Amino acid sequence: MDKTRENRFMKYLRKDRLPNIFCAGCGNGIIMNTFFNGMEMAEIDFENIVLVSGIGCSSRIPGYVKCDSLHTTHGRPISFATGIKLANPELDVVVFTGDGDAAAIGGNHLIHGARRNIDLTVICINNSIYGMTGGQISPTSPKGSYGSTAPYGALENPFNLSELVKAAGATYVARWTTAHPVQLSNTIKKALLNKGFSFVEAVSQCPTYFGRKNRMKSPIEMMHRMKEESVLKRKADQLTESELEGKLVVGEFQNKTAPEFSDKICRLLEDKCVTGKPSSLKSAYQED
Amino acid sequence: MKAEKYFIQGNEACARGALKAGCRFFAGYPITPSTEIAEDMAVFLPREGGSFIQMEDEISALGAVIGAVWTGLKAMTATSGPGFSLMQEHIGYAAMTETPLVIVNMQRGSPSTGQPTMASQSDMMQSRWGSHGDYEIIALSPSSVQECFDFTAEAFNLAEKYRVPVMVMGDEIVGHMREKIIIPDKVEILPRQMPKEGPETFLPYQAPPEGTSAMPAFGDGYKMHITGLTHDERGYPDASNPQTHSELVNRLCDKILKKTAEIARIQEESTADADVIALSYGAPSRSALKAVRNARNQDIKAGFIKLDTVWPFPEELVRETTKNAGKVVVVEMNLGQIFYEVQRVLPEVKVELLPKIGGEMQSPQEILEKIKSI
Ligand SMILES: Cc1ncc(C[n+]2csc(CCOP(=O)(O)OP(=O)(O)O)c2C)c(N)n1
Ligand code: SF4
Repeated sequence: MDKTRENRFMKYLRKDRLPNIFCAGCGNGIIMNTFFNGMEMAEIDFENIVLVSGIGCSSRIPGYVKCDSLHTTHGRPISFATGIKLANPELDVVVFTGDGDAAAIGGNHLIHGARRNIDLTVICINNSIYGMTGGQISPTSPKGSYGSTAPYGALENPFNLSELVKAAGATYVARWTTAHPVQLSNTIKKALLNKGFSFVEAVSQCPTYFGRKNRMKSPIEMMHRMKEESVLKRKADQLTESELEGKLVVGEFQNKTAPEFSDKICRLLEDKCVTGKPSSLKSAYQED
Repeated sequence: MKAEKYFIQGNEACARGALKAGCRFFAGYPITPSTEIAEDMAVFLPREGGSFIQMEDEISALGAVIGAVWTGLKAMTATSGPGFSLMQEHIGYAAMTETPLVIVNMQRGSPSTGQPTMASQSDMMQSRWGSHGDYEIIALSPSSVQECFDFTAEAFNLAEKYRVPVMVMGDEIVGHMREKIIIPDKVEILPRQMPKEGPETFLPYQAPPEGTSAMPAFGDGYKMHITGLTHDERGYPDASNPQTHSELVNRLCDKILKKTAEIARIQEESTADADVIALSYGAPSRSALKAVRNARNQDIKAGFIKLDTVWPFPEELVRETTKNAGKVVVVEMNLGQIFYEVQRVLPEVKVELLPKIGGEMQSPQEILEKIKSI
């Protein structure tokens, strides 16, 4: 293969911002690739996409993509995305977030977004650690794993994010890892096409902090391990809790239809509007 | 249709002013004494084709407002002390990204949960300095139900003109009292500006040193990157560059501070020959005006200043209207906030504070006594 050939997704990137800040071997690049792949498979118009993110390494992804992108505050991207979606329900709004961003500081917005079933696609890059701030533990760090704020091993129980978001009301929930790029692309495609709150938990590797602190020598080793530990959801449902110890359940956790929030608002406006204009699309630019 | 008279609450007047000014999105979280604004918006926005959403807290409320603004709407939220504290991170984000929006804060007795149903003016410094970092905002202070309507409507135009968060700093008294007001059929509306350039050449943060730029919406094809990180003219992060940071933050401050003369407004009465001036804003300014008129009836040369705009502080106007007076009494419902600002701009004048906390405003009698004793 011609190694100098440009990646076929390069056309979606802000070339004037490259190279990116990600460490060699970081999972963020794989996830960007699977996102573009999923987007193309879903035949979503790239021109219609708005990317929103919080703060963290994972949240830097939208800044490299040549589309409208809002890099917000730590933990809050779903709230900004909610305003974007309601202001223009036609847009495809996608949130990139990390496990710290979505599950710690932003946990409340995550469950309320899911509860509303607002049509957002949330891609949570779960690397079980805070990458950007240098390797502190997160709400998804496995019990006993090491981080700079858990030098003797994490004492707390981690969240099972996909189960949490499913319980909160999301209509599409799936988990795959960077070692499953094909499945991840397919899942992102389905998530983008789902009319409702979609949550993709992309389990990923942070070799720089999680790997180093937990004695995993290379990104390759980390990805091998993810693959080995993975058990398909269908199979996992037959296993006992103790059989699932140390396993990573992958697959679809939820895929159902339910009324979507921005749609409900549109219908309310059509019902209640007295001016004959039940949409305010871009009204800030109007004189009256 | 002509102007119509209504007998309504200050909070309702804020909601109506916002709707007249073109606000089509409200995200909020209930809190006394501002909740009626959210309740009114929940009723009226859908009728105008606008969206209302009750968020899970005030942080997300302001987040949703910012998202809606970048997608082409005029938007607001309303809150009180504890909620205003929670909003601070996103106020800084809005200042940094130059997101025009309006926040009404009906101030209550504070700190902490304080006095939910009683008035104060104790968030005045927070309205300017509450988020981390150097930035400037605009804050207006209504003293009547009519001003709740007028100032909220005006706040939307100021927000657009300067691309800045504008705060309507009311208090429980003006928020909850009922008065007769006139609602005009139309108010002046300043539309947001689309860039003249196309997406190929437009730079979202290219602006004159004391100004701001046009603002397209998400979905318009401009493919903007908006970030709270220090950014260059393209909107791209450039956070380790001292010069980029210095230029950006200086511009964020200068576009307000250097335009104080065109932004800031006061009202005055009998200041020309006054020896002593009562300076106030918001609800207690009404007691102050009464006190000054009573003083004049007793042949005391008293004058009255009311700040309509609190931030940017109307320095020149205050200096100008007090130039013949030797003494100024600052009347505010806190333990001294704007008082220090008045002291700063009037170093030659004897400036004294008539503070009051607890939930009630200074009476005309209390103010008159202070005017006599200073
Ligand atoms: C309010 C606030 N608190 C803390 C921080 C510091 N901070 C930046 S990124 C981050 C954690 C990021 O972790 P995660 O979301 O898991 O993303 P990753 O970097 O691992 O991709 C923290 C704590 C911040 N920016 N804002
Ligand atoms: S610190 Fe970790 S998460 Fe951040 S870019 Fe490096 S490898 Fe990726």
